[in-house]
Amino acid sequence: MERRKPSESPLFQQLLGLGLALLLVIVVTSVLIALSGKSPLAAFQAMIKGAFGTKNSTAETMIKTVPLLLAALGLTICYRTGLTSLGSEGQIVIGGLMATIVGIYMGGLPKPILVPLAMIAGMIGGGLWASIAGFLKAKLGVSEIINTIMLNYVATYFVSYLISSGPLQEESGFYPQSDLLSQNAWLSSILPGTRMHTGVIVAAVSVVAVYLLLWKLPLGYQMRAVGNNPIAARTNGIKVARNMVLAMVLSGVFAGLAGAIELMGIHHRLMNGFSSSYGFDAMAVALLGGLHPAGVTVAALFFGALRTGANTMQRTLQVPVSLVNVIQGLVILFVLMQAVLRSFTIKLFTSKKGAAAKEA
Amino acid sequence: MDILSGFLEAMVRMACPIMLASLGALFTARSGIINFAMEGIMIMGAFFGVYGSHMTGNPWIGAVFGMLAGLAASMVLGVMSISVKVDQVVAGTGINVLFLGLTSYLFTVMYPNGQPSSVNTFPTLPIPVLSGIPVVGILFRQSLLTYLAFLLVPVIWYLLNRTTFGLCLRAVGEQPHAADSLGIHVDKMRYVAIILAGLLGGLGGAALSLGQVSVFIENMTSGRGYVAWSAVTVGKWNPFGIMGASLLFGGAEAVQLRLQAMGISLPHQFFQMLPYVLTMVVLAGVVGRTVGPKAMGKPFIKGER
Repeated sequence: MERRKPSESPLFQQLLGLGLALLLVIVVTSVLIALSGKSPLAAFQAMIKGAFGTKNSTAETMIKTVPLLLAALGLTICYRTGLTSLGSEGQIVIGGLMATIVGIYMGGLPKPILVPLAMIAGMIGGGLWASIAGFLKAKLGVSEIINTIMLNYVATYFVSYLISSGPLQEESGFYPQSDLLSQNAWLSSILPGTRMHTGVIVAAVSVVAVYLLLWKLPLGYQMRAVGNNPIAARTNGIKVARNMVLAMVLSGVFAGLAGAIELMGIHHRLMNGFSSSYGFDAMAVALLGGLHPAGVTVAALFFGALRTGANTMQRTLQVPVSLVNVIQGLVILFVLMQAVLRSFTIKLFTSKKGAAAKEA
Repeated sequence: MDILSGFLEAMVRMACPIMLASLGALFTARSGIINFAMEGIMIMGAFFGVYGSHMTGNPWIGAVFGMLAGLAASMVLGVMSISVKVDQVVAGTGINVLFLGLTSYLFTVMYPNGQPSSVNTFPTLPIPVLSGIPVVGILFRQSLLTYLAFLLVPVIWYLLNRTTFGLCLRAVGEQPHAADSLGIHVDKMRYVAIILAGLLGGLGGAALSLGQVSVFIENMTSGRGYVAWSAVTVGKWNPFGIMGASLLFGGAEAVQLRLQAMGISLPHQFFQMLPYVLTMVVLAGVVGRTVGPKAMGKPFIKGER
C-alpha cells in the first residue's frame, strides 16, 4: 500500500495549498447552506460568534479542542509510522470506561492521587485496546485498517452493555449510564465560571511530548524510518513489527487519555455516545495539521471552534449541525488534493507572468 | 421450523445489501483500487433510494436514484485515486465522512418533520412451486432485488474470468505496467471498475433502506460498507466466495435479530457486536492464505515503476 509521506515543500507552499483547500471547503459549504435557503454569510458569522464570542464560548471551544487534539496526536504517531488507524473512537470509549472504573471504585483516594490515576487507567485501557489491532497486524499481517474500525463498534456496544444492563449501571437502574464519578476524580476548572478544565494543560504538555518523541528521541526516529520505508528500516536493523505495535499502542494511549479527560472534565459519568465521534474527527485533524504537533494543535482548535460554532448556528439559524461532518469530509478530501491545487495555482500564475513578459 | 425459516429469511435479506456492495467493491479490488469508500457509497444509495421512491412512488425508480447517487460518491473516489493519485484509504475515509454528513444534512433539510410517509418498498415475488417447499421455501419468497443479487454472482464470475474485459481488468490490477505496454488503458479500466462499484454499492444501499423497513436513518449503514469491503478479502476476490462471506455476515445479523425477537436473556449488545467480531475473526483466519491483486492501492503512473 502506498504510504503517506510528509510533504517536503517549504512552509509557504504548504500554507498556499492549505489556504486553497480551505477556500474550496468554504465555497462548497456556502453552496450547501444557500441550498437550504439560509444565508451562508449569516451562518459563518453565527459560527464564529458561537465559537469565540464570549469568555464562555471560548472556553467551550477549548474543551472541545482537548479530546480532538489528544486523539489526533496519537494518530500522528501512528500515521508517521506508516499505520492507518481509524480506531481512535473505540480507544476513547475504552479510555473513558477505565477512568470511570477508577473514578467510582477508588473514589476515596485524595484528588492529587485519583486524578492522575484515573488518567493513567484511561491511557492503559486505550493502549491495550489499540494493541489488539497492532498485534493482529504484526503477528498475522491482518490489515489494521478494518480491525480498528471493527473494534470501534465492539467497544461502543461493550460499554453500552456495561451501563444499560451490566455491572456499571447506576444504582437506581433507571437510565443507561453509570453512577457519578467521585468528586475527587473531577477535573477542576481553570477559568472561573466556565467548564474549561485542567485537561487543557495536559493536552498542551502532550503536544510537546509528541514533538520530542518523534523528532528528538531515537524511538521516534525509528518510527518515522519505518513509516518512510519499512524495508530500508529493516535493513538498518530497526525492528519494524515492534515499532508498529508500539506506535499503535501509543496512539491508543493518547486516545484513551482523551476519553478519560472528556469523562472526568465534562460528563462525570459514563454514558452512551459521550465521545460524540471525537475519534473520527481526529483523523481529519491529524491530516489537516500535516501530521506535525504544531499543525495538529491549530487544526484541533479549528475543529473545536467548528463544533462549538455549529451548535450556535443550529440554534440561531436552524442550519443542521451535521453540516460539520460535511465540512470535515471536504477538509480531508481537499487537503489530500492540496499538492494538485498548489501546482495548478502556481502554473496559473507563472503562465500569466510569462504571457505578460511576452507582451512587454 | 418457524425459527429456522425465519432465520433463513433474515439471513438472505440481510446478506443482500452487503453482497451487492461487495460485488461492486470486487471490481475495484480486481482493478487494484482499495475501495474504502463503500460506506459512503452505500449511505448515498440508501438516502437517494428513499428519496426517489418517495418522490415517484416507485421503488425501482428509487433504486435507480440510489445507483446514481452511489455512482456520484464512487466517482469522487475515482478522481482521488486514479487522477489525483492520493492515499486511497484516507480518501475513502474522507468520502465516508463527507457523505454520511451530507445525507444527514439533506435528510434534515428535506424532511424537517422526520420520516417521509408512504415510501414504497420492493414487493415480494414468490417463485411458484419452489416457494411452497417447507422451511426453505422462504428463500423463494424474496424481493426481485434479492434474486437479482444472487443472479449477479455467476454473471460477474463469467465477466471476470471468461471475457476479454475481465482479463483486462485483472491485468490492470496485477501488472498495470505490463497491461499498459499491451495497449490497455489502465486508468480507463479503473474508472470502469469505479463506475460499476458505484452503481452496485448504491443499489446495495437502496436495498438496505427500501428492502423491508422503507426508512432512512442517519448513519444507517453502520459499518456495512466496511464489512462489504472485508467480504471481498474473506471471499478471496471471487464472486462465489463473496456470496458465501455475505451470507455469513448476513447470518450474523440474522442471529442477532432472531435471538432478540425470541427474548433470549443475553444482553442484545453482544449480538450486535457479532458481525464486527466475526469480521475480525474471519479476516485473521483468511489473511496469509490468500493473495490479493498485486497492484492493490498503488496509483498508476505511466512509465514509472
